Amino acid sequence: MHFWARTVNIFSTFHLKTWSRSACQCHNQIRVKPDNSSVVTDGVKHSMNPFCEIAVEEAVKLKEKKLIKEVVAVSCGPQQAQETIRTALAMGADRGIHVEVSGKDYETLGPLQVSKIMAALAKKEEAQLVILGKQAIDDDCNQTGQMTAALLDWPQGTFASEVAFDGDKIKVVREIDGGLETIMISSPAVITADLRLNTPRYATLPNIMKAKKKKIANVKPADLGVDLTSRLEVLRVDEPPQREAGVKVETVDDLVSKLKDAGRL
Amino acid sequence: NVDSFKCVGCRSFSALAELPDTHQILRQTCRDFADRELTPIAGRLDREHAFPLKQVQELGAMGVMAMEVPEELGGAGMDYLAYSLAVEEISRGCASTGCVVSVNNSLYIGPVLKFGTEEQKTEWITPFTTGEKVGCFALSEPGNGSDAGAASTVARQEGDEWVLNGTKAWITNSWDAAATVVFATTDKKLKHKGISAFLIPMPHPGLSLGKKEDKLGIKATSTANIILEDCRVPLGNMLGPRGAGFKIAMQTLDSGRIGIAAQALGIAQASLDCAADYAHKRIAFGAPIGKLQAVQFKLADMNVAVESARLLTWKAALLRDSKKPFTKVKISLDALVVLFASLWFLCVRLPDKKVSFIYLCVFSTFL
Repeated sequence: MHFWARTVNIFSTFHLKTWSRSACQCHNQIRVKPDNSSVVTDGVKHSMNPFCEIAVEEAVKLKEKKLIKEVVAVSCGPQQAQETIRTALAMGADRGIHVEVSGKDYETLGPLQVSKIMAALAKKEEAQLVILGKQAIDDDCNQTGQMTAALLDWPQGTFASEVAFDGDKIKVVREIDGGLETIMISSPAVITADLRLNTPRYATLPNIMKAKKKKIANVKPADLGVDLTSRLEVLRVDEPPQREAGVKVETVDDLVSKLKDAGRL
Repeated sequence: NVDSFKCVGCRSFSALAELPDTHQILRQTCRDFADRELTPIAGRLDREHAFPLKQVQELGAMGVMAMEVPEELGGAGMDYLAYSLAVEEISRGCASTGCVVSVNNSLYIGPVLKFGTEEQKTEWITPFTTGEKVGCFALSEPGNGSDAGAASTVARQEGDEWVLNGTKAWITNSWDAAATVVFATTDKKLKHKGISAFLIPMPHPGLSLGKKEDKLGIKATSTANIILEDCRVPLGNMLGPRGAGFKIAMQTLDSGRIGIAAQALGIAQASLDCAADYAHKRIAFGAPIGKLQAVQFKLADMNVAVESARLLTWKAALLRDSKKPFTKVKISLDALVVLFASLWFLCVRLPDKKVSFIYLCVFSTFL
């Protein structure tokens, strides 16, 4: 089971902004809080969402190819979000923006609020490209990228497994249910990274040292004019039901009738 | 098989919170590398005695093969605390790879960095920072290990060359190295003040390698004799002043011990995680054996021992970084190293995990 906290997106201008999300590391035993309001996050180690790592890597690669000028890594969350930004900086992002959200606001921070923040920042920074991970591996929402594009009224290339610049357009190969779809979108645009887009690099030690000197700006959602009120209310969180023993049957007819009894057929 | 367990020791990561940001990121990066690139292949490397060439090259690209070396020479320019963290995490994934990293950093690059001339540093360090080449350290002989002052390998000057003769034993990385630091007696009458250090490329005429020892562990890197028979090197290949060899060796080993301790820590942590994981899963008498107090006591004792060893290692590293004496701390480290090396041997060697676990518990009673 995974639980991932919100992390950073990276914008780029010709300026790239990447949004990376921090999330709980795998191997953590996730427990539901006694009041069934949510899962326990205290003492659970968080790290960058894997799809966000891929997004950061793509941004850094585009910069290395000199197709974009600057990579800005953004994260929304409490103090710990800075760690995720530093990791993005160590991978090659130029500077970071930490949008400070903590306490109750952080607990109710969802894709809609994050996309509003992203949209506001993209406008403020005059970003040409916003790259995000396709979804976070804790809540699996898969909404932030799409909502950000809608709020900005920008084209979107989601589930990208390939990104290429073609003149003044961006070619995005998307992984869809039927196979691969290639689209051409104009910039500015929003792209969400899928698993096969690239293999994220390990930060080199000299880059980890250099990341210390790169700037991380602190911003509050109110400064961006964003209202964080959630329109969703979580009623209850429960663990998945305990797996019960199955029933063995002798014939196919028995199986069919049992399935019918259980209302499955 | 040890290489198929998952980490359950989350509580032991609490130490991460006290380290500076850069060190935390470094530690996490090395941990990720070890989990993804080393743990899955460690068992195979061990069985096949296969040198982890690709992984060493990748580590070189990250800067891990020359951590203390300044950036202008191609290194990562980091401190010894960072180095101990990196070696621990790498060793957690694969002990042999951790050993290669440690020997290259502390025992080969270490003395050249400290005692070499600028030309020697460029020639003998820079190519060894990328992971393409690794070095080794040849001090021990068949007849002396602890008594390094009794080196029977000799070096005599003939014109503009040094000629070396003798045999070095137990040299780690020997078959995979591209250079070695060798200690030989230049003035027998001066006893331990008559030993000098030399840099020899490998392969080289007059230098040959003995058979690879079939070790109980750390099998993915070679341990063999280095045999010198009228091995000739230019005068410029002497490292440091004539007669300084013993001092160079001892100071190198002082630092090297921190690297070895970090290795042992990584192995110990991996063993502990393996044992804890097994305790959760092995059902006996109707419940996981982890519910039995006796098992809990042993795991707790081991955890305390590993944490203490870790803090001791960090203390030694920090003292060295602030250029304070750290020899006393180093001696305690020696003892711990032996302890953990034995622990690892028990866990990895025994094919049956159950038996491994039992030995782990038995061993922990000695702590």
